[in-house]
Amino acid sequence: MSELRSSEAVLAHRRHSLYTLLPVLIILSLLAATWRGADIRPMDLFQGQDGMREFARGFFPPDYSEWRQYVHEMYITLSIALWGTLLAILAAIPLGLLSAQNVAPAWVVQPVRRLMDTLRAINEMVFAMLFIVAVGLGPFAGVLALWVHTSGVLAKLFAESVEAIDPRPREGIRATGAAQIDEIRYAIIPQVLSLWISFAIYRFESNVRSAMVVGMVGAGGIGVMLHESIQSFNFAQSAAILLIIVLTSSFLDICSSFLRNGIS
Amino acid sequence: MFIHYEYYYTDVYTMTSKCHDLGLRVSYVGQVLFARAFSSIGKFVMDAIHIENLNKTVARGRKLLDGIDLRVAPGEMVAIIGASGSGKSTLLRHIAGFVTGDAGSNVRVYRQSVQIDGRIARNVRSIRRDVGFVFQQFNLVGRLSLETNVLLGCLARLPLWRRLLGLFPERERALAVTAMTEVGMATHAAQRADDLSGGQQQRAAIARVLVQQARLLLADEPIASLDPRSAVRVLELMRQLNTAHDMTVLVSLHQIDMARQFCPRIVALSQGRIVYDGPGSGLSDDDLTALYEGRAISVAKAAA
Repeated sequence: MSELRSSEAVLAHRRHSLYTLLPVLIILSLLAATWRGADIRPMDLFQGQDGMREFARGFFPPDYSEWRQYVHEMYITLSIALWGTLLAILAAIPLGLLSAQNVAPAWVVQPVRRLMDTLRAINEMVFAMLFIVAVGLGPFAGVLALWVHTSGVLAKLFAESVEAIDPRPREGIRATGAAQIDEIRYAIIPQVLSLWISFAIYRFESNVRSAMVVGMVGAGGIGVMLHESIQSFNFAQSAAILLIIVLTSSFLDICSSFLRNGIS
Repeated sequence: MFIHYEYYYTDVYTMTSKCHDLGLRVSYVGQVLFARAFSSIGKFVMDAIHIENLNKTVARGRKLLDGIDLRVAPGEMVAIIGASGSGKSTLLRHIAGFVTGDAGSNVRVYRQSVQIDGRIARNVRSIRRDVGFVFQQFNLVGRLSLETNVLLGCLARLPLWRRLLGLFPERERALAVTAMTEVGMATHAAQRADDLSGGQQQRAAIARVLVQQARLLLADEPIASLDPRSAVRVLELMRQLNTAHDMTVLVSLHQIDMARQFCPRIVALSQGRIVYDGPGSGLSDDDLTALYEGRAISVAKAAA
């Protein structure tokens, strides 16, 4: 009897170990199947070593001769990011509320959510290329691209924070006979405001990085300069631009986390 | 089976107001006797709360409320008692129109229908202006100041632009100050509601009801999360609302001694049914034990 039970236990243990092994096997086979798709050629890193070394050497020393212009272009990039984010915040407030299940009815929430999904699914760069066709080359196309994409992102974040509110204060306001707009104004907004601000600052920070990239397709700012310097194999200038980008990004990173910590 | 209280429920109000006119104070029993004698007057007096056949069925046929018929006259102060899950909160939430009952359920507040045949009335928000609600967890907006929270009671009276901009008229501000003074919270006006103790928050919630100028106060376990002293303070304020501000009060309570002390009329719920409706003195200790153990209450004894 006890023998039987112990063999059952061993079997159970074996089955258990097979279950834990299964995900590992799945992941390994997935990686194997995509090896070719991703065109992984590790040997090339070593075979082309001389070329790589030459390429890397081109970046040093960085060429700072045009730094005034880089700073000016960085200012344009920051302007694009700021306006893109600001317009997105304005759009995301109503859109976020309309895609929150505890605010709007399902027949509003679902279409608005799908629209926001679409805006998020399409990269800023794609939007930038489309807007360049519509409004011409330059920063404005970048602003529009960031606005549209960020609206989708912020609306989702805003909606999620609205759905997570404590419903009790809201019921307290509803009990006084106040309208739904009052519930939003006095029960929902006070609860989510600090989160919303924190999301908006974070998105501004990441929009600065995005603004550099949308610049590369012609939507103005430092991205254009970077793109041109790489295209013309002027890697010393690229290095200077990249350094400015890294400095600006880290500076904003620090400022934004400082601000967000101050809020929450 | 059940004690029905109908023989005097509405007339107490007429009676009380008549006596007030004459400058008389009459005992509760006196009121009841008077009301019995003039019960025909009752037909013409409107109820503060009139519930007919209120049922609420949830998943797997479980009944949260089971055939509730209840009438409360203007000016009454009524306690609802019962074990947890007996339907006290559910009943109050139905009266405020937060939720709807099954088909056939009707709830009226001061002659206005909150729900008809289990469907919420279209104008429920305007009806709620007359109904103040005090919650167990106070339900204040924690990030707003006490004063703003109290002022929220007047939202339903203000035009949209004032509500959106948060510009409360001087008249309403004065009202809020009076209300905060009345509940003894005026010195805390600028504090965030978050930073107040439970008892203070509950008093603020009562001040909000004062600013709202409600005619009916529904209170859902208002003292369940308070210490004994704050609890007495809050119930005294509710009594003050009942006597000095002519508010009808319907309050659900766990503490039977509190219910007896503050409310002339007690309605006991058990498994969604009204099992007792009458003065607190009619409930024996055995009845209460039965009530909280979910056993059938011997109502014949209560009637005597």
